Amino acid sequence: MDDFLWRALLGGLGVALLAGPLGSFIVWRRMAYFGDTLAHSSLLGIGLGVLLGINQSVAVIAVCLLLAVLLVVLEHRQRLATDTLLGIFAHTSLSLGIVALAFLETVRVDLVGYLFGDILAVTTHDLYWIWGGGLLILAVLSRLWRPLLAITVHEELARVEGVPVFAVRLGFMTLIAVVVAIAMKVVGILLITSLLIIPAAAARRFARTPEIMAGLASLLGCLSVALGLWASLRWDTPAGPSVVVAAAALFLLGASIPVRMPG
Amino acid sequence: MSVESLLSVHSVSLRWRGHAILSDVSLQVAKGNLVTLIGPNGAGKTMLLKVILGLTRPDSGQVELQPGMRIGYMPQRLTVEPTLPLTVRRFVTLGTSATRAQVSAALAETGAEHVLERPVQNVSGGEFQRVLLARALLRNPDLLVLDEPVQAVDVIGQYALYDLIGEIRRRRGCGILMVSHDLHLVMKTTDWVVCLNHHVCCSGHPDSISAHPAYLELLGRDGVDHLAVYQHHHNHRHALSDEPIALSGSDDHG
Repeated sequence: MDDFLWRALLGGLGVALLAGPLGSFIVWRRMAYFGDTLAHSSLLGIGLGVLLGINQSVAVIAVCLLLAVLLVVLEHRQRLATDTLLGIFAHTSLSLGIVALAFLETVRVDLVGYLFGDILAVTTHDLYWIWGGGLLILAVLSRLWRPLLAITVHEELARVEGVPVFAVRLGFMTLIAVVVAIAMKVVGILLITSLLIIPAAAARRFARTPEIMAGLASLLGCLSVALGLWASLRWDTPAGPSVVVAAAALFLLGASIPVRMPG
Repeated sequence: MSVESLLSVHSVSLRWRGHAILSDVSLQVAKGNLVTLIGPNGAGKTMLLKVILGLTRPDSGQVELQPGMRIGYMPQRLTVEPTLPLTVRRFVTLGTSATRAQVSAALAETGAEHVLERPVQNVSGGEFQRVLLARALLRNPDLLVLDEPVQAVDVIGQYALYDLIGEIRRRRGCGILMVSHDLHLVMKTTDWVVCLNHHVCCSGHPDSISAHPAYLELLGRDGVDHLAVYQHHHNHRHALSDEPIALSGSDDHG
């Protein structure tokens, strides 16, 4: 195997490992569209990063976080339904990003690579980001795990029981923003959410505890990455979408296996 | 009363989008006391509980809690996402770190130990209310705040649950503040009734409340079924509230 394939595999596995537990929370908290909106806005982050000459990952995380906070504030006012707000933000930020990149005539930007991922172009530097950032995310998430579960079940009950709800929510949104910045390279802006929610959804039927579901989702994500890369090599298909197709195939396979849960 | 006061609400008022949800509401709960908050839907009962629990800040008035007091809360309408795999045991310990023995004991106390290992989505309405109660008890509360504890429970189960709540109060000696909309079901367990329709219409011992004209005007339509001899006199007006109240003078009152 060539070096670039190893890097692709390592990068993909790193992202899939992270996507398991975070994606499970996105499924439990019904935040798929929220994740999608943050992912879309990362193109605006890239545009700003190039314009201002700052690190792209940092710019993406900053834009995602800003958007997340803005959404929370606007949601509180409830002038518009949440999904309408999310739709406005998702597509406006994506379009703004594309427009901003079009202005940069001197810089050549691979738009398709950003939208659908360019896993075969993962560099060693990217791997540091993925695995370093990933370990940091998992460490923070393990500390947030219990309170996050509590507010996922019932926010007000958790607050009465002493959970600092606002801090935990903000922490979780920060984690999603960082994951978006990390996963962008592997599956692309338009497909990040799929890698977060499809393995988690596939794992649900086989899990009896939240932890098992998260772990199983990571495992299925890794399997999807390996299968997708293999298919991409075998039939010369685009790698990012192949990974998502593999995840969807695993989901269908899982859905067709009969399971009898005790209780 | 010389009994220690756990909770005092002093003339709390709250407006929301131009509506007076609560106006000048006061009430007390003492140790070992069971106080029932009664009123029609949309009367501000849940909002009052939220103010008491510190979830919502009132526009004016104070909530005084005994310092260091632990509150056990049972919210209204809790449904756990079907995508979240969670056993009853796990659900109950989300709020506290309790030992296995403590968890079993709390569920035994509420009569729900047989569902301990079941997915929390697979228990009946009555069982789930008992599980919620057990979760509140695990905090070893000085005050229990129960928002419509018998909802989604059949009538026989409602009596059993109210009996259980009365028994918990006797055994543990904690204060209980509970929301209900059926006075006759809670009559025998409750010590004090506060009748709320944005403002406190009347309050007192359950026997006196069930014949109180303010109570009868507010919830009298149910009351008539239970008290066949009651004559429908309308001598009470909601002059205290600055909002028009749907019930007063509405056509189904004749």
